[in-house]
Amino acid sequence: MKKSEQRDLFPGALEMMILRTLKRQPLHGYALVQHIKRTSDDLLQIEEGSLYPALQRLLKEELVIAEWGISATNRRVRIYKLTAKGTKHLEHEVSRFEKMLEGITRVLAPGES
Amino acid sequence: MNLLKQLFSRRRYYNDLSNEMQQHLEEKVEELVAGGMSSEEASAAARRQFGNVTLTEEDSRDVWRWLSFENFLADVRYGLRMLRHNPVFTTVGILTIAIGIGANAAVFTVVNSVLLKPLNYPKAEELVSLHQTAPGAAGLADFENGLLLSPSMYFTYAENNRTFQSLGVWDTGTASVTGLAEPEQVRVVDVSDGMLQALDVAPEAGRWFSAADQVPNGPARAMLSYGYWQRRFGGDRSAIGRNIQVDSRPLEIIGVMPQGFRFVDTDFDLIRPFQFDRGKLILAGFGFHGIARLKPGATIAQANADLTRMLPVWMDSFSNGPGSNPHIYETWKITPMIRPLKQEVVGNVSEALWVVMGTIGLVMLIACANVTNLLLVRVESRQQELAVRAALGAGRQRIISGLLVESVMLGMLGGIVGLGLAYAGVRFLAAIGPANLPRLREISIDARTMGFAFLLSVLSGLLFGLVPALKYAGPRASLELRSAGRTISASRERHRARNLLVVGQVAMALVLLVSAGLMIRTFEALRAIDPGFTDARHLQVMRISIPDLLIPETERVARTQSQILDKLSAIPGAKSVGFGSEMPMEGFDSDWDTIFIEGKTYPEGVIPPLHFYKHVSPGFFAAAGTRLIAGRELTWDDVYGLRPVVMVSENLAREEWGTPANAIGKRLTEDPGLPWREVIGVIQDVREKGVQEKATEIVYWPPMVENLFGRGPAQPIREVTFVIRSDRAGTQSFLNELRQAVWSVNSNLPLASVRTMEDVYGKSVARTSFTLVMLAIAGGMALALGIIGIYGVISYTVSQRKREIGIRLALGAQSGDVVSMVLRQGAKLALVGVCIGVVAAFGLARLMTSLLFGVTAHDPLTFSAVAVLLIFVALAACYIPARRAMKVDPMVALRYE
Repeated sequence: MKKSEQRDLFPGALEMMILRTLKRQPLHGYALVQHIKRTSDDLLQIEEGSLYPALQRLLKEELVIAEWGISATNRRVRIYKLTAKGTKHLEHEVSRFEKMLEGITRVLAPGES
Repeated sequence: MNLLKQLFSRRRYYNDLSNEMQQHLEEKVEELVAGGMSSEEASAAARRQFGNVTLTEEDSRDVWRWLSFENFLADVRYGLRMLRHNPVFTTVGILTIAIGIGANAAVFTVVNSVLLKPLNYPKAEELVSLHQTAPGAAGLADFENGLLLSPSMYFTYAENNRTFQSLGVWDTGTASVTGLAEPEQVRVVDVSDGMLQALDVAPEAGRWFSAADQVPNGPARAMLSYGYWQRRFGGDRSAIGRNIQVDSRPLEIIGVMPQGFRFVDTDFDLIRPFQFDRGKLILAGFGFHGIARLKPGATIAQANADLTRMLPVWMDSFSNGPGSNPHIYETWKITPMIRPLKQEVVGNVSEALWVVMGTIGLVMLIACANVTNLLLVRVESRQQELAVRAALGAGRQRIISGLLVESVMLGMLGGIVGLGLAYAGVRFLAAIGPANLPRLREISIDARTMGFAFLLSVLSGLLFGLVPALKYAGPRASLELRSAGRTISASRERHRARNLLVVGQVAMALVLLVSAGLMIRTFEALRAIDPGFTDARHLQVMRISIPDLLIPETERVARTQSQILDKLSAIPGAKSVGFGSEMPMEGFDSDWDTIFIEGKTYPEGVIPPLHFYKHVSPGFFAAAGTRLIAGRELTWDDVYGLRPVVMVSENLAREEWGTPANAIGKRLTEDPGLPWREVIGVIQDVREKGVQEKATEIVYWPPMVENLFGRGPAQPIREVTFVIRSDRAGTQSFLNELRQAVWSVNSNLPLASVRTMEDVYGKSVARTSFTLVMLAIAGGMALALGIIGIYGVISYTVSQRKREIGIRLALGAQSGDVVSMVLRQGAKLALVGVCIGVVAAFGLARLMTSLLFGVTAHDPLTFSAVAVLLIFVALAACYIPARRAMKVDPMVALRYE
């Protein structure tokens, strides 16, 4: 687990992206990987080794729920859906992340002083 | 999410998870194939990209797991498997611990029931005993109960106190009940108003006594104990209101006390109310035990001050008759020393019990040391396994916790078996426990004992598990992996832990054996003391009381008693007979009073020294085997002639007249102004209050004394102990004949406390013999465990050094050299242990000083005997492995590699 976390941008980033993606539409694991890869223009490679433990954590905290369903490619898959709690958590995390980002940006910005 | 629910629904999650991941892989492969790869290539690429499926699955599963608990479960499963696979080790280990825990739990049960649990009354902590001393009263210092309360004191305290909710006095006695079945001697408790109120236990049926029941010459009433109610009335509630004949007097039953109710520590059949005539009370009559219930929040110090305040009130309100000075008691310096009732009940047994608890605790430590040794040996043979586990990634902590879980499980299994042993042990203890052990009836295994046994199991498991765990879970594990297959020559360091354990065991065993030895010496010293009677086994005693309603006339009482004597002496095998107000060590509250010696002047305003009073029949001393030192014994002519004669004990004669011979013909009296009584005999000193107590100074009166204390015509003593010397004492046929003999004189007389003096004597030294037996058991266990320990270590070393010994033999060492080498090693361990033990015992034995008699806590004989014994036993234990070492065949030993 340690190994996968090291590749994360920061702890919680993966979870945040998963939640954000699921907010748009419920997806199954494989589709999630594909989606994140596509939207980030291949900048972010999600490893399955990190994805599934992260999904389990979200399930356990009841931020998402999973149901067996049929995918677009007509395959029996487990589709993850955001819960109300998950939505709230996402908002909270995003605003936290934005604040942090703003802070980092300010520090990194070429200063006059 | 609920943890338990999680634990149970987990399997479904796991299945979903692996299905899901399988689908994921397949989807990926499909996509790659669609992109133009062959299905084989695609499958390989998909797996490559996905990474370690199993690991991912495991990591994902971990999210759901309660890690530490599951590791723990795994350790438990593994530990159980290890225990099951080593039945011999497991059995020996469990048994060793079980014996230790069983003995400890049993003794703890006794300590808990006797010393720790509150008395069996509501809010028992408020109950106090109104104990008081009178340091100014010469002679009273000998009296074990201090100064008891007189009825006038009771009234003063009850009416004027500010610190008690209620307060009363009580006393025990016996009475005969007639008219129900055959005459029966029953145990009676007499109580004043306030006594039952203080104890505050509601009656099972009916009501308590009230103030109205203690009016002199008022209606006569009684309460029953639960047991007596069941026995005589079959638990019938209609018994309330019925009459029973007690001492030939009808008493109306007004209530029944509930089951398990005991009077302080006394079993009884009947309770009767005192009927003091308040108007006629004098100051004296200090014969009643006082108990009170403190007001909530009141302290013992406040209560003491309260009593002190009331003493002058008492002296102002009562007197000892016209012309006497009531403030004469100021010279006695009466000092209230109120103590918790529990302390009064428990008495001096607490030291003995704590010493026994301590020694049994030491046995537990020795047992733990043995098990530690076993575990060390076993862990050593498991080093390879541990090293493999470490190499496979188990952390040091994980291995330690695994080993500890194993040893704690061993401890718990031992504890479970031990609790079973404790049940048996408690029965055993109750059986051998001193007959006068307080609260004997209350001894039972309860939740606290269970908790104690559980705690002990876990703690001992941790204790004996920690040493091997810390020693072998260390970083050296990798090193062991390389060398474990081969026997490298045993390093000293490797044996250090085991040697230390053996030294500790020997030292602790020495401490225990020394304390057992000191008790043996104490017992010997007690046995060597002449108690004032001989050949106790052949002395039959029994108590007979003649109620005044049955035979009112004084002389007829005496005649009846002498007729009984005649009948008794006619029984075949009866050598000599007599009776007295009590036999030594029977434990009744004795009478005591002043005496004045003719020709001596006594200062005004001081009460002269107090002495025990006993009444004895002619022939009493001859039957008991008490020697006459000077003069003559009482005759029946003296008795019937009401001659003013007395006998005195030797120590009293020496104190007052210099020599026993000098005392003969001298005169004394109980009160100036009363007739002088002539001393006709001097009697050997008797250990009246027990062998340990110094002999009391006693005045022996005839059974009837005219005008004793100015009471006018002679009063008989109605409650006496008969003593019969016979080789048949204690046999059933003899007892039957005794009963027939008594009933042939008067069929309404019950016999009570029928026993031999051996029983009486045994009861009086019961505390010592109980402690002795317990310490001997503890010492024996310690010795056995110590031997096993030292034998185990030496024989293990020998087996480890086989190769070395083989080389030595091959190089020309004689077998004698080998034997002495092994013995030297054992002797060295034993010696070090003995030295440490002697130092420890020197310090610890002082704790048991109060239990010792006739021997100091540092008795050199005991110390040296035990030390020599231990060294010898240790050498004997080493001799077996030493002989095995001698027989090592160098060829076999060397080829063994």
